[in-house]
Amino acid sequence: MSCKEIQGLMDPYIDRELDLVRSIELERHMHDCPSCARLHEDRAALRTAIGAGSLRYRAPDTLKKSVQAALVERDRQERAPGRWRWFRLPGPVIAATAAAALLIAIWWVRPVEGALQREVVEGHIRSLMANHLTDVPSTDQHTVKPWFAGKLDFSPTVKDLTAEGFTLVGGRLDYLDNHAVAAIVYQRRQHVINVFVWPTSEGDRGERAAVRQGYNVVWFVRSGMAYWLASDLNPAELRQLAGLLIR
Amino acid sequence: MPHFDAAYNLARWLTRSAEDADDMVQESYLRAFTFFDGFRGGDARWWLFSIVRNTCYTWLRKNGAQELMEFDEAQHSPASNALNPEDLQLRRADRETLREALEKLPAEFREVLVLREIEDLAYKEIAEVTGLPLGTVMSRLSRARRRLQELLAVPAGQES
Ligand SMILES: [Zn+2]
Repeated sequence: MSCKEIQGLMDPYIDRELDLVRSIELERHMHDCPSCARLHEDRAALRTAIGAGSLRYRAPDTLKKSVQAALVERDRQERAPGRWRWFRLPGPVIAATAAAALLIAIWWVRPVEGALQREVVEGHIRSLMANHLTDVPSTDQHTVKPWFAGKLDFSPTVKDLTAEGFTLVGGRLDYLDNHAVAAIVYQRRQHVINVFVWPTSEGDRGERAAVRQGYNVVWFVRSGMAYWLASDLNPAELRQLAGLLIR
Repeated sequence: MPHFDAAYNLARWLTRSAEDADDMVQESYLRAFTFFDGFRGGDARWWLFSIVRNTCYTWLRKNGAQELMEFDEAQHSPASNALNPEDLQLRRADRETLREALEKLPAEFREVLVLREIEDLAYKEIAEVTGLPLGTVMSRLSRARRRLQELLAVPAGQES
């Protein structure tokens, strides 16, 4: 590589965003080229200086308080039906906890769900890649359901949805959100769908959907069970399956 | 309040004013609250950052910030290529010097530097926050550092 090319890769290199092969090439070049080595030194020094420079501004407490107050006020004005229904609490408690609700919403609920989305999609991908889609391959719900008994401390519902166009492929044990879960596998046309099921202490919650790494994810809570569906199937049909599972 | 300091830091750097940063943060949190339904999962910090950023950019445009690029990138890069790193020495930059230098950069450069160096976001995450393609994030960061380095550099021998 020429010096110019090397210089173009210097930033990704010091940011650890450069792939291994080119990193090695760059290091070799720097070994023999004082000018590029010097550039590296300068950039690294700059990073260190910024890092040590404590350039972060801290938000003033007065601002925190006034934003909180503004949120409470906004919540009072704008309580439209449907908004924040997850956080519905009786009476005046709502307004007082609006800021807290935002905290829970942004800080806690979503990252937790975000992490779970990732886990679910990774579980889905793993099942496809490892060629380990099912532990019990069967299109018969009366084979799949009893198979889970004894392996899990709960009994997932396994449905025959062939008539609706979702073929049961089988069942598998998986591990998500720190516990063993049932993975029930369906297929629609060429699309594989993993339905992960496990018990939860949460109350019923309607479907939510997200796209993660190119896969569609739909999840909801019903009767003490969390359901997470992952597939490359389109969202509409994935939601259709979600509806059929708890029909 | 979730991510409050980080949100404030970004707004403070983008507006370069304590007073305006206050307004930006307040507006951003109200927007986050109002448009919460628009949040589609993932890490809430990026989402919040993108709201702060958009709020600040709207403000910068409204206030006729000529410093906002659309900035002739072609014009600025070759000149700095002419600088030979051999001839430059990074001044032992104290905090105030660094702060001043960083504030002199266009908002787009400040933004990527703040996200990368202070908030420690990966390129992919910066791309998510700014809505810029990954390649643009990379080249912008590179140019931003070069500019910053030029501002901090003094010709060898002139350093006290
Ligand atoms: Zn070289």
